[in-house]
Amino acid sequence: MAEIKPRIRLDKKDVKKGDTVEVKTLVSHDMETGLRHDADGKLVPRLIINKFTCELNGKLVFECDPESAVSANPYFQFKFKPEESGTLKFTWIDDAGTTTEATETIKVS
Amino acid sequence: MGLRRVVCGMALVAAIAAATAVGSIALAESDLERPHWQGHAVKAPSKDYPIQDITSGFWFRTKDTQALQEDDFNNPGFFAVEQGEQLWAKAEGKAGKSCASCHQDAAASMKGVGAAMPKWNQRLGRPVNLEQQINICRSERMEAAPWKFGSAELTAMTTYVRYQSRGMPVAVRVDGPMTPWFEKGKALYYTRHGQLDLACANCHENNHGKYLRADFLSQGQSNGFPVYRLRDQRLVPLDERMQGCIFDVRGLPYAPLSDEFLALELYVAWRGNGLPVETPAVRN
Repeated sequence: MAEIKPRIRLDKKDVKKGDTVEVKTLVSHDMETGLRHDADGKLVPRLIINKFTCELNGKLVFECDPESAVSANPYFQFKFKPEESGTLKFTWIDDAGTTTEATETIKVS
Repeated sequence: MGLRRVVCGMALVAAIAAATAVGSIALAESDLERPHWQGHAVKAPSKDYPIQDITSGFWFRTKDTQALQEDDFNNPGFFAVEQGEQLWAKAEGKAGKSCASCHQDAAASMKGVGAAMPKWNQRLGRPVNLEQQINICRSERMEAAPWKFGSAELTAMTTYVRYQSRGMPVAVRVDGPMTPWFEKGKALYYTRHGQLDLACANCHENNHGKYLRADFLSQGQSNGFPVYRLRDQRLVPLDERMQGCIFDVRGLPYAPLSDEFLALELYVAWRGNGLPVETPAVRN
């Protein structure tokens, strides 16, 4: 079964230099805190998203290092002023090294 | 003696009134404010309904929870809708069919289906809910293995199908052959269960709009199911939630998809006839 794609929403994709863009993201992840026990009483190991980054044309725009209290299916929202047109790349990395990526294009005139 | 007591009494009443007035102004903008659930009711279809002002669980939750549901982007329940959409098109089983092979576009073929479940199944001679109908299609039409209750796939498909009825009024039929099941559901709803000796009605009919410890009681409607529960951070089907209710009163829960839960599902859906389907709703 195909992966459920993360959701990205930009309030504007075509902006003038100096404008602020608001980015909303939602990704699907169960997030194990590492504190739960399974039905046999064994500790379920921690498996959380520990890094979220957003890059514009390879340059870092936003970075977040969640800790174990992060919610499942986390929603990240931030604002930034894009300097140039190009590709916004969003990356979520979890403890197992599983990387989820999504891209959006943005035009700055 | 009598006059002094009366004067003391009036002073006490005045003091309480003043304290309440100040208290309510201070709390007005706080997140701790009791949800304003009144005034959002759907009028019951007839006088037979025990609750005349039928109100969705949506109105018993905080504004933050409501905001999560109102925005399809923010609502994490939509991950299950997307998963269901993928499963809809996926061929499985010996017959080599997918749901789409017979039902084509779900948005057209499934519109209204979720709002009318559980429905009477003439061939089986019993009511059937959405999970059961999906598995009937899988095992008989697709010749594929039925999905286990509570599995991500079954919950996702149930959510996806019921989502096609979103906004439509719940409209279950309880007449004709459904009557004995309706009566059984009603009897169960008013039967006290468990060590805490509580019936569904004790909380949801008699005390909705009040706090049960830290829980703000709703009318216990099923119009939003399967529901994204913040507590579980996933979609929860109705029978699982009802198991939880019986567990909470320290009783032995009925098995999911049992006769008892089917009867209860039917009765509870009837109590909410007219409410808009909100699947996937967001609740505590």
